[in-house]
Amino acid sequence: MNRREFNRLLVAGAVAGIIPKTGFALSQVKPNYNIPQKGNARLLHITDCHAQLNPVYFREPDVNLGFHKALGRTPHIVGEAFLKKNNLSKNSLEAHAFTYLNFNSAAKEYGKVGGFSHLSTLVKKLRGLAGGENNSLLLDGGDTWQGSATAYWSRGKDMVQAANLLGVDIMTGHWEFTYQDEEVFSNIDDFEGEFLAQNIKLTEDALFEGKQTHDEDTGHVFKPYIIREINGQRLAIIGQAFPYTPVANPKRFIPDWTFGIRNQDLQELINAIKVDEKPAAIILLSHNGMDVDLKLASVVTGIDFILGGHTHDGVPTPVSVKNSLGTTIVTNAGSNGKFLGVLDLNLQDGGLKGYEYRLLPVFSNFIEPDKQMNALIDEIRKPHLDALQEELTVTETLLYRRGNFNGTFDQLICDALRHELNAQIALSPGFRWGTTVLPGEAVTFENVMDQTCITYPETYARDMLGKEIKAILEDVADNLFHPDPFYQQGGDMVRVGGMNYICDPMAKPGNRISNMTLDSDKAIMPNKTYKVSGWATVGSKAPGKPIWDVVASYLRSQKTINISHLNSPVLKNIDNNPGIVL
Amino acid sequence: MYITRRKFLNILTVSTAACATLLAPITTWAAWASKAFNATKLDDAYQNLFGTTTLTASDKIVLKLPKIAENGGAVPVSVKTDLDSVETINIFVKDNPNPLTASFHIPEGTIADISTRIRLAQTSTVTAVINAGGKLHSASQEVKVTIGGCGG
Repeated sequence: MNRREFNRLLVAGAVAGIIPKTGFALSQVKPNYNIPQKGNARLLHITDCHAQLNPVYFREPDVNLGFHKALGRTPHIVGEAFLKKNNLSKNSLEAHAFTYLNFNSAAKEYGKVGGFSHLSTLVKKLRGLAGGENNSLLLDGGDTWQGSATAYWSRGKDMVQAANLLGVDIMTGHWEFTYQDEEVFSNIDDFEGEFLAQNIKLTEDALFEGKQTHDEDTGHVFKPYIIREINGQRLAIIGQAFPYTPVANPKRFIPDWTFGIRNQDLQELINAIKVDEKPAAIILLSHNGMDVDLKLASVVTGIDFILGGHTHDGVPTPVSVKNSLGTTIVTNAGSNGKFLGVLDLNLQDGGLKGYEYRLLPVFSNFIEPDKQMNALIDEIRKPHLDALQEELTVTETLLYRRGNFNGTFDQLICDALRHELNAQIALSPGFRWGTTVLPGEAVTFENVMDQTCITYPETYARDMLGKEIKAILEDVADNLFHPDPFYQQGGDMVRVGGMNYICDPMAKPGNRISNMTLDSDKAIMPNKTYKVSGWATVGSKAPGKPIWDVVASYLRSQKTINISHLNSPVLKNIDNNPGIVL
Repeated sequence: MYITRRKFLNILTVSTAACATLLAPITTWAAWASKAFNATKLDDAYQNLFGTTTLTASDKIVLKLPKIAENGGAVPVSVKTDLDSVETINIFVKDNPNPLTASFHIPEGTIADISTRIRLAQTSTVTAVINAGGKLHSASQEVKVTIGGCGG
């Protein structure tokens, strides 16, 4: 079957009702997890759980700006515009899952989300409805081994155990590569599924030195793809790891590996798979981020579905992208264990006849936790419980991270850095992981670790020129707002404390940042020196204490936390942008 | 004969040592092209190397470059083409102090497929220009050099 026939079938499928209308709205307060299988192959997809074994609160962003081609396009829509775009009703369970609206009251009403015990029950149920493990696959888009204290202390091993018990069949990665390369190989040895990445190769030097590869002729460090047979139909799954790992994270942990989007290599691989393997459908398990995936779908032909992650976008309505030979469906499945993607495929005669996709929010209060997984999580946490449960202070403010420019938890981290390291200005990375703490709750050491635990946590305080600070802000702004998604790294703007600025995302590189001032309103001068503190240095190891010690020490000295002001920039060119609520 | 990549690389090292005499003509040629290599502006480098600044964008050139450099000091680049009668493959980095970075002479009957590593002083457009049958074909891509950090 060629691509044109495939497209015709897709259209026919939509008319015949095989393909659901966009979105799904439930007005009743109970989530429906009783999803009968459509077709004959069921793919379940999780991504970016960031090692959250237990249920968490997680607030979605109120600022997720898109510009140029991404203006007003999924995933750059927030709040009520998001509800409208996805046909979700206000105050519904889904509205709470997918948006920040009424977060505090809805979080109290509906409770926490995710958790591996609850996810496990849900996965078993949905695989059961599809006729069991042989008729379904569980895919994990990565960022699984990092994000919690226990993952950090066990070097990702606790998550490998949990993923094995959950029954993950195939995964790819990003933060997985922030452990040492030999630890990555050791974890993959313990992992009972397949670890795939078409876009990680050995450097020429490492190849010459005979370092470990999957295939020394192609240079692939990991297996690029795998064929799985379901109901007699062959599925090809290709892994796409985060392309900019050695740029966004330290290269020193993985000196022998080189990454990149490698869309030309991907096209060659797909062409070869079509000839050699004759699959009924091709799936890309991707950690590119949604904007990169949308562009990739437009320039690479032959992929049926991109199951995406990295940018932590909970996207209930997949995006259909046309390319020169057909159509690719792009999804993104959120983060922190909050969502489970369910893709049902109808595969007949070696081809794809129809599909149905749902992104299910995992509302823990409505799911019976799996006993075996519960026992494993208890075993993992037991030695560390005292440390994890230490109550450092109480927060009066909702503490969250997500948003393009700042979040209350990041402001808190910046306050801690400035206070503890005696600095005028603090810089904190724009990560998108990190859980949420409700007002009135205690802030525990575990909450701090959920926001900070990386393998390069060391802090610094040093003198910087005003123009150096501007250069950093410009550089990160370009990674976020470059008009071409292939030049973006995902993640959000570096957070600042103690200073303010104006940001024009539409301006040319090097011209987006202006009017930098200290909190006192005094202008930051290009050639004047300022004391700047920060953490998570990528180039070389910083000299100071780990960030969690700095934040914990600050919190212990505070009776309560109240964040009344965010150091968020004044924005230009954002009129009528549905990626922000003004 | 089947040969693994590692063995092939070993052979390459051995043969490089044996090829000193082969390199001599290239040295001579480099002296001849010094004006192009020393030019500080892209158009001057084109003018000095080709005698013109007019290039024709071609989709027959496969230019492989990272979009964001993992290390600006050593950016891998490969250029291949199935154009006929390829004489030279040249690589220009627009915003480097000296834009002309490498020039390869392709002897008749050789497959036009080269790869090397180039150094980028800063974010820049990289252009491959192929002289084939007296015509200048080009393909370009931007490579970003960033301080990194802050990802996802």
